[in-house]
Amino acid sequence: MMLQAPVLIVVIPLMFTFVALIFGLWKKGLCYPIVLIALSLSFLATLQTLNIVITSGIIHYRLGNWNPPWGIEYVVDYLNAFVLPVISFVAIMVAIYSKKSVEKELSDKVVYFYCIFLLQVTGFLGITVTGDMFNLYVFLEIASLAGYALITMGEDGAPFASFNYLIFGTIGACFYLLGVGYLYAATGSLNMADLARLLPDLYGSKVILVGFSFFMVGLAIKMALFPLHVWLPDAYTYAPSSVSALLAPLMTKVGAYVLIRVIYTVFKPYFSIEILPAATILCWIAAAAIIFGAAMALAQTDLKRMLTYILVSEVGYLALGVGLGNRNGLTGAILHILNDAFMMLALFMVVGAIMYRHGGRRISELRYLHKKMPFTMAVFVVAALSVIGIPPTCGFFSKWYLILGAINAHGWIFVAVLLASSLLNAILFFRVIENIYLEPHDGDIVENHDMVAGAEESPLTMLVPILIAGAGILSLGVLSGKIISTIIQFAIPAGF
Amino acid sequence: MFDLIISKYNYWIYIILMMIGFYAMIGKKNLVKKIIGMNIFQTAIILFFISTASKKGGTLPIIMHGHGAHAVKAASYINPLPHVLMLTAIVVMVSTLGVALAIVIQIYRRYNTLEENEILRLNK
Amino acid sequence: METIVSIRPLLAVLVTLVAALLIIFTGEKHRNLREFWTILASLLKFSIVISMVPFVLDGKILKYTIIALTPGVSLQFRVDQFGMFFGVLASALWILTSVYSIGYVRGLNEHAQTRYFFNFAICLSATMGIAFAGNLLTLFIFYEILTVATYPLVAHKETEEAIIGGRKYLVYTLTAGIVILFATIFIYSLTGSLDFKAGGFLLGKGSSATLTFLFVILILGFGVKAALMPMHEWLPTAMVAPTPVSALLHAVAVVKAGVFGCLRVILYVFGPVLLHKLDLWLILAYFAAFTVIVSGLYALAQDNLKRRLAFSTINNLAIIVMGASLLSPNSITGGIFHIGSHGFMKITLFFVAGAIYVKTHKENISELDGLGRQMPLTFGAFAIAAMGVAGTPPVCGFISKWYLAIGALEAKQVVFLFVLLISALLDIAYFFPIIFNAFFKSPKEPVNPHFNEAPMRMVVPLMITAIISLILGIFPNAFFNFFNLASMAAGRILGGM
Repeated sequence: MMLQAPVLIVVIPLMFTFVALIFGLWKKGLCYPIVLIALSLSFLATLQTLNIVITSGIIHYRLGNWNPPWGIEYVVDYLNAFVLPVISFVAIMVAIYSKKSVEKELSDKVVYFYCIFLLQVTGFLGITVTGDMFNLYVFLEIASLAGYALITMGEDGAPFASFNYLIFGTIGACFYLLGVGYLYAATGSLNMADLARLLPDLYGSKVILVGFSFFMVGLAIKMALFPLHVWLPDAYTYAPSSVSALLAPLMTKVGAYVLIRVIYTVFKPYFSIEILPAATILCWIAAAAIIFGAAMALAQTDLKRMLTYILVSEVGYLALGVGLGNRNGLTGAILHILNDAFMMLALFMVVGAIMYRHGGRRISELRYLHKKMPFTMAVFVVAALSVIGIPPTCGFFSKWYLILGAINAHGWIFVAVLLASSLLNAILFFRVIENIYLEPHDGDIVENHDMVAGAEESPLTMLVPILIAGAGILSLGVLSGKIISTIIQFAIPAGF
Repeated sequence: MFDLIISKYNYWIYIILMMIGFYAMIGKKNLVKKIIGMNIFQTAIILFFISTASKKGGTLPIIMHGHGAHAVKAASYINPLPHVLMLTAIVVMVSTLGVALAIVIQIYRRYNTLEENEILRLNK
Repeated sequence: METIVSIRPLLAVLVTLVAALLIIFTGEKHRNLREFWTILASLLKFSIVISMVPFVLDGKILKYTIIALTPGVSLQFRVDQFGMFFGVLASALWILTSVYSIGYVRGLNEHAQTRYFFNFAICLSATMGIAFAGNLLTLFIFYEILTVATYPLVAHKETEEAIIGGRKYLVYTLTAGIVILFATIFIYSLTGSLDFKAGGFLLGKGSSATLTFLFVILILGFGVKAALMPMHEWLPTAMVAPTPVSALLHAVAVVKAGVFGCLRVILYVFGPVLLHKLDLWLILAYFAAFTVIVSGLYALAQDNLKRRLAFSTINNLAIIVMGASLLSPNSITGGIFHIGSHGFMKITLFFVAGAIYVKTHKENISELDGLGRQMPLTFGAFAIAAMGVAGTPPVCGFISKWYLAIGALEAKQVVFLFVLLISALLDIAYFFPIIFNAFFKSPKEPVNPHFNEAPMRMVVPLMITAIISLILGIFPNAFFNFFNLASMAAGRILGGM
């Protein structure tokens, strides 16, 4: 059983999708516990996998006992062993959180919601665990299709936003598939490890260059890297609360993971950095993404929409860390996968809770919320400080490594961008915090006594995951040294 | 030059199809036309994959006569892997199509139109 | 240099953090219990800090490493003489500020008191963290916590003016934080270490251009909270905050944290040797001297009492930085000691301003005529503290200025002796009229000539700080060898020369 852990990560949620469907059609209420069981089991499997990787190194799991490169192989090294628990943990949190918001927003679609939810998580986990380029494409599309379906369930603008996402996502997936085709045509292999061995001899070939470019564009669309992010703000704004709380932390992070995988494992770092200026271009795009995302966020009056633009900016951080192409930058990027997952999880769950209790989410309508939902708002503040990069929250530490990486790479402009984005984020979030906590008036304040403190706090199933995410943000920062020394420093691809 | 086009005509067709599909997905205002474009795009990719496997005078990768080492002549077989990959890809594409059409139905129910600019206008 | 591993610095930081949580969970319903937490935590914190003094006076260093943050840098507390000095000062003043705050917010029936005390406690934790931080990163972490925790206090009144003041405060301090962060990371990338060392650790690392650049941005960064001109603008604006907050900002936490950071950079990151080599010390000293004079002139022009005090703070902080940047044993001793003596004196002055406001709702100097007869204790304390700020014996300001003056002569920079004298004259010029008018001028509108003081919870703390200022002036070592801590720190720094 223990040895099967890598495949169980994916198989459990996949199988439980059907279990949830069958039991759900019989009795609606059963879906929720089934989803929680499935995700908990999957989470245990990811932890087990991580444990094996830490104690005994990289796991090669051969599906159906076919030898690679013919059969599909699951390879778990430090990098994906690190990302897997993040994904399944976030998924559990969102699953717990989803109960009330789904009952309210999607009361007639509960069963379908949970089935697709599991498929979505299956997709994310599959992308992360697989060691096969084509298998990755299939999981990418499972995740994306589930995402389109989930987003469509949202409010008024959702179907159209979802359709746009579908068009963009399909283009991205097709580009990725073309990239796979070019690599296969040149090497005859789909296995990542095998490709990494075969490719260096062909680095001069134009086929490889074209394939690489297709990969980059495809992944940039999937991870919503500026300027290919256009689908994201609409889609995540109109999606149901639980869906944006699941997709926002994970889709972009998984995209970043695949980016690291492709440009630094399948291709060697010296190809992506020296032979092609891909890493440098990535840096510049990322810098533009960071500034653009923050600037667009400034212009928003809708809190959730503002967060989606911040997400665009956060993707910029990830890409910048990858593009800097040195140990510290990459450490920052990998650490940011974890940190940003928690930050976005917390923020989007808070927005969902606000909408659940309050209905609206315009920034100007949020006054007094700190009295009505004190704990939720406290977590919002913590997450906001983390996005700004105030220590000791976790966001500070990823920023630390990113800046360190930028200094090591002598990318002074990127240093300036990272620093400036902190300020922009500060403006963004303190504007909201000011709106929530402070009430401008001219003289003496009359205490509003008809408002019972905490009367409208989020329901317990929402509050618990929110608090856990908040606690995570606070503790991950201090623990980041430990995380880096036990996992991330080994997760950095060879060649750095 | 002409030779290059003729001898690799299937790749040229793939590129042309891809561009047509791409244009329809980005440029067309009607949502169903976008979906059609998407299908053309995907078909182009299938064509590309199959082209990489094709071989003049190649045969099915099934061992037909006899057995033992002499029966497997890799050079005369068409590579089966791209075909298999495309079977999977077709499944993916059909699912995408299904989801896309379902979304379009949703959109039509809500806006009573499938023209992008009208939807954008109604969305305001 | 002997090092002892001790958990006490961590406890000193945690005790207020725990108190902050207790405060928020106790809430508005049980006000007395909530205030009890504040007082209990402040007393506990003070006793923990005091318990470390004997070790430090023995020349030992207390160290506690919590967790490694990044290779070569840990979240680490390291209590040396300088940190100890600041720690004793902040924790001692917090006890008084707490008592005073309770009197103030209840006297004015302020809103959101729970938030107020919560942030207050967080501020103190952060200040203690700054005092005991063993390296630049730990210092920065607490520095930023302090920034964020102070913001709700500055904007506490939630008037339009207060919110703008809060924004301005944030813009200045967060920008500064980012600059410091950049410099910190840069230093880390140069050396792989950030641990403070008496006499500096940057000697021989990096080119002199790089080091000069780093020094400039670090001083600019910490200079914002230390309100060095021209980065001082936030401080007068932040005066919209409730008076205990101003007192905290000025005397205990924020600006002192800035000045403490400046001194850490000057003396423990760069160090005298390196600064002499780079010829930066004199430039910084002139820079500070400029602030000393100009802020004194500004102070003259203010009518709002708190704003005048704010400019006086800017003036004194620049004197501290000037003393440290002269890099002679006595000027450093004087500079460090002035952190303490100015703390006691300035907190008295702010307490007085607050007491006047609570009692009479008057904020402007021109309205204070004759009030001394009504509030003799308050104005008596004001007179003592104001004299001290001007450097008149026997108040503690005299001791620090005396050492600063000797230090200026030691450094063979007579100019700064004159700067100190001019600043003292300016101090007299902007404080003396207040005292004189309060006691001797007849009031514009009839004032109750009988004894009618602010609540005792406010008057007692301000009397105590005034008396402490006096005692420190006569016996600088009266409390926990306060002065010796400063001179030992100076000796340790220059011992590395």
